[in-house]
Amino acid sequence: MGTVYLTRKAEFAASHYYHSPELSAEENLRLFGKCNNPNGHGHNYTLEVTVKGAVDATSGFVVDLKQLKEIMNREVLEAMDHRFLNKEVPEFETLIPTTENIAIAAWRRLEPKLKAAQLHRVRVYETPDLFVDFYGEA
Amino acid sequence: MKAYLTRRYMISASHRLHSDELSPEQNNEIFGKCNNPHGHGHNYMIEVTVSGQVDARTGMVCNLMDLDRVVGKEIVERYDHQNLNLLPEFERNVPTTENLCIAVYDILERGIRFAHLDKVRIEETMMNSFEYAG
Repeated sequence: MGTVYLTRKAEFAASHYYHSPELSAEENLRLFGKCNNPNGHGHNYTLEVTVKGAVDATSGFVVDLKQLKEIMNREVLEAMDHRFLNKEVPEFETLIPTTENIAIAAWRRLEPKLKAAQLHRVRVYETPDLFVDFYGEA
Repeated sequence: MKAYLTRRYMISASHRLHSDELSPEQNNEIFGKCNNPHGHGHNYMIEVTVSGQVDARTGMVCNLMDLDRVVGKEIVERYDHQNLNLLPEFERNVPTTENLCIAVYDILERGIRFAHLDKVRIEETMMNSFEYAG
């Protein structure tokens, strides 16, 4: 039996702003534009988690969706939903909470917790017209 | 860390699928109602995917302002509210969404210097889409 890919979606709402302490105020504004507003702004993010694996002969599942949903809730949504990412999520004390870094952070939170299936892709939509895919590549 | 960033842009344009190399009957048979001599239009959704290392300082594959500037100037301004058949790239090529995908990819491959162009995907309608990755 071949590999099957399963994708689960979740939504979270969070605020953030872009600022690098290594840059001057002028450089931050030039590079990040209105995303540099220190009071933050927010998005409705969509998280898509794709896992892959063989279909279990007994259950017919690649992964137990209930378990996947619980892991996504515990590891990502509880940390990020209705939060100010820069101030309340540890990764973003040092990293800028861009969509790229949110996808990487979600991957790092989820990957060690998935036992039965292998994490294939994390996709994060910042808006319906902007999204980032991360496959765990170096 | 390598990541893939996708941005969607909308253009509205008209086209007519027709080949001078075919007879009227053949054109009608192959292209059906898309061969209507007066043309018809679509809202095309153009998805541009770029990839690269996430910059340690900015947290970005590329600056969205740079991507928007290039796609806005080279693609949206070129194609939005135009009749595709009248553009030079479709003088000899039928302006199918396959050929539009290739044209957009070729223009962006030359214009995007700040990241790797991974692919171009175009939705002609909600029911069909086309991808070209070079």
